[in-house]
Amino acid sequence: MTDQTGSGPGISGIRDDYMALTRRKRLYSGMLLAVFVALMMSGFMLADDRNAGGFWSGLHRIFDFPEAVIGEAAEKAAELPGHVVKYFPALVETLNIAAVSTLIGALGGAVLSMLSTRGLARWPALIPVFRRLMDLMRAVPEIVIALVLIFVLGGGPVPAMIAIAFHTTGALGKLFSEVNENASLKPVEGLASVGASWGQKMMLGVVPQVSPNYLSYALLRFEINIRASAILGFVGAGGIGYELKNAMSWGQGKYDESAAIFLMLFATIIVVDQCSSYFRDLLTHGRRSEMLA
Amino acid sequence: MTMTADPRLGTGLKGQAEALFRRKRMVSFALPLIVLAYLTYAFFAFDVPGLVASANPENGKTLIRDAYSYKTHVTRDNRSGAVSIAIEGERKGAYPDGQAPDWVDLGETTVITLPRGGVVTFGPDAVSYDIPGYGLVTAQPGRNGAQAVLPDGPVPDWINASKNRVAITTDEGRVTITRNKTEVFRYSTGWELFFFTLDSPYHGQGPLDLLRRAMGGEAGAIWHDFWYNPMWMHAAVAWALFETILMAFLGTFGAAIVALPLAFLAARNFTPLMLVRQAFRRLFDFFRGVDALIWTIVLARAFGPGPLTGALAILVTDTGSFGKMFSEALENVDGKQIEGLSSVGAKPVQRYRFGVIPQVTPVLLSQILYFFESNTRSATVIGAITGGGIGLLLTQAMITQKDWEEVSYYICLVVLMVFAMDWFSGWLRRKLIAGDDGGH
Repeated sequence: MTDQTGSGPGISGIRDDYMALTRRKRLYSGMLLAVFVALMMSGFMLADDRNAGGFWSGLHRIFDFPEAVIGEAAEKAAELPGHVVKYFPALVETLNIAAVSTLIGALGGAVLSMLSTRGLARWPALIPVFRRLMDLMRAVPEIVIALVLIFVLGGGPVPAMIAIAFHTTGALGKLFSEVNENASLKPVEGLASVGASWGQKMMLGVVPQVSPNYLSYALLRFEINIRASAILGFVGAGGIGYELKNAMSWGQGKYDESAAIFLMLFATIIVVDQCSSYFRDLLTHGRRSEMLA
Repeated sequence: MTMTADPRLGTGLKGQAEALFRRKRMVSFALPLIVLAYLTYAFFAFDVPGLVASANPENGKTLIRDAYSYKTHVTRDNRSGAVSIAIEGERKGAYPDGQAPDWVDLGETTVITLPRGGVVTFGPDAVSYDIPGYGLVTAQPGRNGAQAVLPDGPVPDWINASKNRVAITTDEGRVTITRNKTEVFRYSTGWELFFFTLDSPYHGQGPLDLLRRAMGGEAGAIWHDFWYNPMWMHAAVAWALFETILMAFLGTFGAAIVALPLAFLAARNFTPLMLVRQAFRRLFDFFRGVDALIWTIVLARAFGPGPLTGALAILVTDTGSFGKMFSEALENVDGKQIEGLSSVGAKPVQRYRFGVIPQVTPVLLSQILYFFESNTRSATVIGAITGGGIGLLLTQAMITQKDWEEVSYYICLVVLMVFAMDWFSGWLRRKLIAGDDGGH
């Protein structure tokens, strides 16, 4: 009754309320946007200020280097196949670093993820410990471990491999444990009822359920690890990155070798990217592949 | 009929099942074998045996010991007899003349007490080291060499003695005697001078004393002495951390701003023209395919070393990733809301603003924040290459190969920074996107 009698002012009241709400929302989003723009602008100016060369003065020079490299490569196009053959072993080393570290990281990550998933854990009380351990492994940047190990072990692929494997264990462990959450516990219970040990339960009860997803994540990680191992090579740990650093340091006139390495790295990344996305789509049965770096 | 058909069917099924089992069994044995074979190959391809032989465990020991302890150098100039004391042997850690830690007794004859009973004396013209459980080593270093006299008996392997140089290495310290100088290293636990250097009036004061002085109006001076500590350079380190986060911030959000409009051009439902769509998709693939490493090198040539170069390298690489992900998100947009808007006469821009953006914002924001967090790590690595932020400090400290306490300090800071960013991006994600439980 009261509603009906007050329907006129009620509607306008609602409208006023709505408009006020909208205005407030707009104000908040506007303020947020302003803060964000201010942050971006001041951040850009600050970074520009701290940089050796300014942004605006460098902008027109951005294509100078690629031009020089491509120009020289085109000039000495006949030598390119030779360079490709020369640096092929280094590329294989980079791929090997990525593959071995992905393999080790996936195995370690699988074990850690099972230890830190409720319902599967060997020691349920220690689940938080293993979770924090994975967080820690994920947090340590690869370069830190690689540089320390290069100091102790000397340069070469092994420090990079260990560093990437360490990080991969943490990263994959987290993704795997999300997969584990969705695994059915019935096979595990069945195996437990016939007296299977923890390892058997995991191996026979869980792994068959989760292996397509595991593989899919591991392939994605392999892709990322190729990039990581190329970068770590640049700071001293073997592979194509190291060769690239050397080739770059020879400077003008020798860019044809750098060009060959750029080309090989680019081609490898594209090929692996395409293959892995094909296989991942296959593994997840047409489910759209997600990008997770 | 059924009697005869059943066994035949049975054997057929049985045969199939057996073949299946055989195949499964083979796979389950072959797979680990292949992995093992590959690892064995890698073991030799990486030359692990050679590496084990050439590894330098001494370096590892130095690293670990330096991480939790520091050494104080007490040096006697053998020609003048002058004694100087400096932490880590650095000038900025030097004790002023006439001052010494309590285990050094300066005087005509300087007496240095090492832990566990070792005593080193620097006399006017001779030095001695009384090693508990071994005996007294004396030396008269000068023009004619170290001239050390060791106790009788075979020389243990922790003493390295020659005519011109005697080095004694024990757990509690190290004594080196050469013609020109005699040096004693004494190890102590902790990160010395972390708060204040020796020339600061606040060195060695307890937190309560400092608090009282801060209340008394010296807060600014105390902060200044701590913040600009020449040994640990807290101001520079804080700046470097900020620079790393700045690189990640500018790179990630810059990439998002660039990629959003381009993503519309690469999405099937917004760009019906195949050619344009394919062109932009290939462009994204190119940006992603050219690795961050290559972008960093190319951009460093144009802009010189610094944080801006790192930010731009992240920006360019992530434009590719974001473009791909955003266009996929846009393809999954529900068309009904856009239809509804066009039915009330909305213009294209309004359709995008009110029909599309609200739908994709949560997805995009969560992806952007996730990348922001992961780019903090990348910025550390890129900083090491292009020269900016904590990555640069870290590599510099490592190259000197002596400031390992600083290296461990930086490592701790990097890990804390990544943790903080992880937490921050998760918090922001939950705040901005209702219903998202901070997945990923």
